[in-house]
Amino acid sequence: MTDFSNRKPETGAFFSRDRLWHPPGLTPGYKTSVLRSPQKALLSLDGTMSEITGPVFGHSMLGELDNDLIHNFAKPGESAIGERIIVHGRVLDERARPVPGALLEFWQANAAGRYRHKKESYLAPLDPNFGGCGRTITDEDGYYAFRTVKPGPYPWPNGVNDWRPAHIHFSVFGHGFAQRLITQMYFEGDPMIWKCPIVQTIPDKAAVEQLVAALDWANTIPMDARAYKFDIVLRGRRSTLFENRMEGN
Amino acid sequence: MVQPLGYLKESPSQTAGPYVHIGLTPNFSGIGGVYDADLGATMVNEKTLGRRIAVIGRVLDGTGTPLKDALIEIWQADASGLYNSPSELRGSADPNFTGWGRCATDGTTGEYRFETVKPGRVPFRDGRPMAPHISFWIVARGINLGLNTRMYFGDEEAANAEDPILARIEHRVRVPTLIAPADGDTYRFDIHLQGEKETVFFDI
Repeated sequence: MTDFSNRKPETGAFFSRDRLWHPPGLTPGYKTSVLRSPQKALLSLDGTMSEITGPVFGHSMLGELDNDLIHNFAKPGESAIGERIIVHGRVLDERARPVPGALLEFWQANAAGRYRHKKESYLAPLDPNFGGCGRTITDEDGYYAFRTVKPGPYPWPNGVNDWRPAHIHFSVFGHGFAQRLITQMYFEGDPMIWKCPIVQTIPDKAAVEQLVAALDWANTIPMDARAYKFDIVLRGRRSTLFENRMEGN
Repeated sequence: MVQPLGYLKESPSQTAGPYVHIGLTPNFSGIGGVYDADLGATMVNEKTLGRRIAVIGRVLDGTGTPLKDALIEIWQADASGLYNSPSELRGSADPNFTGWGRCATDGTTGEYRFETVKPGRVPFRDGRPMAPHISFWIVARGINLGLNTRMYFGDEEAANAEDPILARIEHRVRVPTLIAPADGDTYRFDIHLQGEKETVFFDI
């Protein structure tokens, strides 16, 4: 477990979640949500110790290739097939402060749009050198980066002819269990973003645009890999200066 | 005009999808060799303090069918009621207990299982003790934003009766959806996404 020694431990409760910014549970255009969405009102509560605390992960748990999907499943001397890209950015909170020590896990289809999964039935080929998972932990400035190939779009059984735009799944830990978040990153300029029933679960266009990574020409590595910049925002914490003191705190 | 507050918006959630296991439990999904072990697969070791328990159950959809592609994470205090987190300022938690676990539901039966210890009591915001509980976070294909709930223990009737969170549930008939019955050292906590037995989910 990591100690961010230059920062006081944070104990404030999180800002309440703007549930109109997130997709609602029931989104009939995404059919699987119909039987999997709670129908009763949620029980709202201000964070207790159980929500304010959360697991943190140390950089020592990471392997050398964990943030390199081009090589972390490849045979020695070989690499995954596809458009080489760097995905990088910062994890911030709603107060625009960097979140250091945030564990990011990501997974994606290969360049042809095929996942390495037993339930996957798309006829596109597997790449023997591509597993599709990776992870990293943000540095003191909340910064992260990883290398991969650009995933392909793929069809999925929902409507008769629904396709997912190219995307990378992200799982993010902050410092509190209530910050736990899973989302997806899309790519600038992809016209398929706006046709996707899963993207359309998000009601606000500006919220969708928050998930579209920009082509970052400045950080492109010549003759090697293009860069996409993707910042992620987790819930912010209240300042605890004037909060009632909690037991033993 | 006033000064802008300058707050950012939280990144909107998207479903974990059907292939969440590739990213979060790759060894479980058959992708070996990338990580030594799946994160969160082990919460305890031989030195962990406290009573060993197992927590098992399923996640059921609106027809009562168990989800075979869900992923569950739990977060709990150690046996003395302390969290293994930098934000825990009341003391040092058991270094042999992570407090955090992750488990995919079984692809055939839909069952999940955590080997852990019974958590101690943790104070509510006003200092009153909450009953022992485990926080749950559930994601799956078809779940657009991860679901939060808590499991309480069926053999803690007195503590449950004075728990400040359980007391907030207006419809008392729903309280049992959060209470896992004990069978020896095994507690069964089935999570119902919809229907008459819909689990109480939290906006935390």
